[in-house]
Amino acid sequence: MFNFCKTAAGGFAAAFMITSSAYAAGDLVINLDQTDPAPKKAFEDIVAGFSKENPDVNVIVNTMHKEGYKTSIRNFLTADAPDLATWYAGNRMAPFVNAGLFEDVSDVWEENGLNEQLKSAAASMTIDGKKWGVPYTYYQWGIYYRKDIFEEKGIAVPTSWDELVAASAKLKAAGIDPFTIGTKALWPTGGWFDYMNLRVNGYEFHMDLTAGKVPYTDPRVKATFDKWAELVKPGYYNANHAALDWQEAVPALVQGKAAMYLMGNFAVDVFKNGGLKEEQIGFMQFPEITPGIPMAEDAPTDTIHIPANAKNKEDAKKFLAYMARADVQTATNVTLGQLPVNSGAERPEERILQQGFDMLSNAYALAQFYDRDAPAAMAKAGMEGFQEFMVKPERADAILDRLEKIRTRVYK
Amino acid sequence: MSEQALAPVSSGNSPKFSGGPATSGASKTRSSKWIANQRKLAPWLFLAPGVVMFLVYVIAPIGQSLWISLYEWDGIGVKTFIGIANYIELIDDEAFYTALYNNVLWLVLYMLAVPAGLLIAIFLNQTVTGIRIYKSLFFFPFVISQIVVGLIFSWFYAPNFGLFTKLLEFVGIEGIAILADERFVTYGIIVAGLWPQIAYCMILYLTGLNNVSPDQIEAARLDGAKGWKMLWYIIIPQLRPATFIAVVVTIIGALRSFDLVSIMTSGGPYGSSRVLSYYMYEQALSEYGFRMGYGASIAVVLFAIMMVFITLFIVRMLKDEREGY
Repeated sequence: MFNFCKTAAGGFAAAFMITSSAYAAGDLVINLDQTDPAPKKAFEDIVAGFSKENPDVNVIVNTMHKEGYKTSIRNFLTADAPDLATWYAGNRMAPFVNAGLFEDVSDVWEENGLNEQLKSAAASMTIDGKKWGVPYTYYQWGIYYRKDIFEEKGIAVPTSWDELVAASAKLKAAGIDPFTIGTKALWPTGGWFDYMNLRVNGYEFHMDLTAGKVPYTDPRVKATFDKWAELVKPGYYNANHAALDWQEAVPALVQGKAAMYLMGNFAVDVFKNGGLKEEQIGFMQFPEITPGIPMAEDAPTDTIHIPANAKNKEDAKKFLAYMARADVQTATNVTLGQLPVNSGAERPEERILQQGFDMLSNAYALAQFYDRDAPAAMAKAGMEGFQEFMVKPERADAILDRLEKIRTRVYK
Repeated sequence: MSEQALAPVSSGNSPKFSGGPATSGASKTRSSKWIANQRKLAPWLFLAPGVVMFLVYVIAPIGQSLWISLYEWDGIGVKTFIGIANYIELIDDEAFYTALYNNVLWLVLYMLAVPAGLLIAIFLNQTVTGIRIYKSLFFFPFVISQIVVGLIFSWFYAPNFGLFTKLLEFVGIEGIAILADERFVTYGIIVAGLWPQIAYCMILYLTGLNNVSPDQIEAARLDGAKGWKMLWYIIIPQLRPATFIAVVVTIIGALRSFDLVSIMTSGGPYGSSRVLSYYMYEQALSEYGFRMGYGASIAVVLFAIMMVFITLFIVRMLKDEREGY
């Protein structure tokens, strides 16, 4: 799979080199990392709407496989830049911003009143006091659970850590894995660490940690791991999760072998395709751990940027403004099944999305995600450490020592 | 083309060498010079295309890797010279030692492909109806892509539904997922790698067996050699060239193992199945890899290890050539 992506990416890159020289002045080239049906449809609608309002602009969309895109973006930003490229907020865009490969779009924010309308995501789009792109969607993370199993076993939706642990114990005793997860691709572990740390130590500490200001050997990080161990040590996760991708962990939930899944909202579609009925799926906020700490949430934001080497920046800026508009974001996110960033956009209709929307609206603060808040080298090592912890919780100290060594090297 | 290739090697000659027609006196001296040096120049002319390719695609990248390994560079931004800091960091990097250890494991266990290939080759070296079909079937794993091999073995080992897991359950061992267990993961991948490698060695030996001299076997038989003695003293020595190639391709294959690690585990769980080439890729080029300099320094270390073997092979080959094998 992985190598296929690489070859595919290489092939795409080659295709660009051949085709790009043929683009004319009125062309607007967009590189897109969305190949799944819903996101693809959403972008088709955006392009159609934009073309209607700007008939003189000829929009050309290059769609690439998501994983391949992550590596090929480095090539096409330097070698042969499109006019627009999708990417992610936070530290994930930092390498490109620092290398001068993304265009400063603060003026687009200024002219279109985005500083107000996209306020919630402004911080994650800002580096050095400038805005480097426009967010078009975000989604909540939280615990998805099997409503019917909870009812059958007489378990109420946990609202505190103790209740969550008790519910897990009850499920485990009934022969059901409390949590399912697939950690082969590492990033699902980041969601767990984020929530454990946000709930044990709070948002400010979590942000300081991902910004490299706090050592991993800090007793507060250890406290996070100790709490997490309360789920890991009794075996409340499915066995062999290191061999599974996140999608491969879904069947356990569908078959009733597992009851909960900490995930992003994009998973709901997969649950339903796997055979779960709407009424079987419940969503809950990750419960409180340290009492009194304000509840912050993970809400990764997907973004679109203008490469510094783009040829048609004028139309690209128009496109950014169009994508940021409240009505466009409403329509886009209905198709995506995610949440609009624009505060003027309409509330989603769908039940779980509404729940997520309310949760995020009342959230104390929003984190992006471990691999978007922390720089790449730290994120990779960190998530590897989390995976190891989820398999060998007794190695917590050794893992944290190792992460600390990497931290001192990464943030210098 | 030929004139361009000529230019560097003929620089010692008259600058008019490649000019148009000239007076007869001058042309006489020129052609005599050409004739005088022809024997010296001709080999270089013929070598030139290969030498140029080798310089551009092999020697230059080696130099570049060495050069990049002295820098801190994310692949897109500014390079900073940091001397040997990348190598110093390698010495203190646990992940590097894991990768190195796994490479050694690969190297040792991969060598099993050589005797296994020989065994199968001897087994298949008979005249039975349909032997060609059996031979092709045995050769099949080498024909399919490593990616496919990786996928097949991933499913073979898959927890819950994998055939291997079912087999283990059948003999009473439960709950082992080879690819998620740091103790077994590298062995699991090596086994997957051996499958096509054995087929490769087998084909090398099958062609080798075709060239075994029947006279010697006949003579040995008259002298009463049978079974192991026949194999050890008569057959295997004659297979020496095949063995040499089999060992070379197996060692190189073990050191450059990448596809299977990438497809089966992505180096996981928590990096315990990484090999040097994969670690290099991860640091320099993968999704989270922005450390070209560090990646290059890993590549240099891998190159140094390969150099040891390559030097041994070359010395050995030169020696053989002198002795006239």
